[in-house]
Amino acid sequence: MSRRRFVNALMFGITGLCALLTVSVLFFILGYLLWYGGRSLSWSFLTQLPKPPGEAGGGMANAIVGTGKLLLLTTLIGVPVGFVAGVYLSEFGSGSFPAVVRYTADLLNGVPSIVVGIFAYALVVVPMRHFSALAGAVALSLMVIPITMRTTEQFLRAVPQSLREAALALGASKWQTVATVVIPAGFRGILTGTILGVARVAGETAPLLFTSFGNQYWSSGFNQPTASLPVMIFTFAVSPYDDWHRQAWAAGLVLLALMLTANVAARLVLSPKVAQNG
Amino acid sequence: MADKLLVSRLNFHYGDNHVLHDVSLAIPPNQVTALIGPSGCGKSTFLRTLNRMHETVRNARADGQLLLDGEDMLAMDVVSLRRRVGMVFQKSNPFPKSIFDNVAYGPRVNGWMKRHSLAESVERSLRRAALWEEVKDQLHQSAYALSGGQQQRLCIARALAVDPEVLLLDEPCSALDPIATAKIEELIFTLKDACTLVIVTHNMQQAARVAEHTGFFLLGKLIEFDRTEVIFKRPARKETEDYITGRFG
Repeated sequence: MSRRRFVNALMFGITGLCALLTVSVLFFILGYLLWYGGRSLSWSFLTQLPKPPGEAGGGMANAIVGTGKLLLLTTLIGVPVGFVAGVYLSEFGSGSFPAVVRYTADLLNGVPSIVVGIFAYALVVVPMRHFSALAGAVALSLMVIPITMRTTEQFLRAVPQSLREAALALGASKWQTVATVVIPAGFRGILTGTILGVARVAGETAPLLFTSFGNQYWSSGFNQPTASLPVMIFTFAVSPYDDWHRQAWAAGLVLLALMLTANVAARLVLSPKVAQNG
Repeated sequence: MADKLLVSRLNFHYGDNHVLHDVSLAIPPNQVTALIGPSGCGKSTFLRTLNRMHETVRNARADGQLLLDGEDMLAMDVVSLRRRVGMVFQKSNPFPKSIFDNVAYGPRVNGWMKRHSLAESVERSLRRAALWEEVKDQLHQSAYALSGGQQQRLCIARALAVDPEVLLLDEPCSALDPIATAKIEELIFTLKDACTLVIVTHNMQQAARVAEHTGFFLLGKLIEFDRTEVIFKRPARKETEDYITGRFG
């Protein structure tokens, strides 16, 4: 075999292997979680509070609900801000200001999540003098805003210019055009991007460590320290107890299942089959 | 007969690029005026200044006098100008909404209609665009389900729904087959009663068929403007004759 053909085959093999490796990582993680977490996953895990170490049973219902509360509040705070800012960037911005906003958002997106956590701590926890779900949601919102903004901008830009012209030529104002034609046309894409953005921060641990903190019990409202799946996994995994380790695996499985569900839901929203009506 | 549109000494720039040079032209009411010329000659740009669509492009600038029924168009509120001067584009561009919502869009954004009169207005516009019989049973289906020719007639119906005084058509048939083209030309003929039409076309036979007046553009200048039969049978300028006889180049 000639050297040229040998190198060709070698490179084909290496690139293919790396591609295979990438795919297999997800399945490896999934398999690992299923193996260790699946055995501890039960109905009571989803419905009960954590038990002290040594006692059998118990669950993480409070952390599941807590993560839900955090994500709800994050969606209410972060998504509208990011969405409206994205509309500005795509439709209204002119001059150099949008470029500054875009660049800043990219920087914000790259800020380590632990730093975002410290900032939210200083901004919310210190003045309120206690940890709260609100503080955690503020931290997560700071991470969701740039994601939502860039997604919104991207999908609105993809709306054909000819639709904007059609609306303007009918005597619609700029804002009417944006609100009644451009945003509806880009809505599916924006929704998908937003779901993925929120799902991404759902697994963030660092920003929650000193904002929403954690809680072994139920927390009511948004003003108390609140349990969340990522922080619970961290707490249980570093503990010296075997049954807590098993619970942490199960919690990891639940968290991953939530994120995979969100991903699949996002893809369904975008699928052409659904897109036909509307 | 007073001119519907009167353009004098219009100069148009994209940044440093001088696109239209001293164009002057009077468009009579309730007639069809065709603008012909090779690609890039400025005829579409000219058309777009007539309802100020050029303002959506950055660095575009129009100077000169543009009068609609004697009113200065450049000083007018742009939204009310576009209600009076509608436009149909080269590529049909229905909204990703139902057929009904497409036609109802103009009346809705202009805040004119109560619900029942909205339905009447949609039907009237679809009838004027000769599309009603084909779509009356599927008004609430997506406009994208229509054929290319139907989509373009839908866009015409949508433009008619705000009762424009002038309708600008920018190569409305360039993407259509001969049958769909014939339907649109027939339609243009019937629309003259209620509005003034200005059509940009690459198709000289089309200009000869539908227009009372024809203007010939070349390199950003209006070379000649006259009655259509004069332009096609006895053009005054050599450039015009070369173009219509196919010796252009």
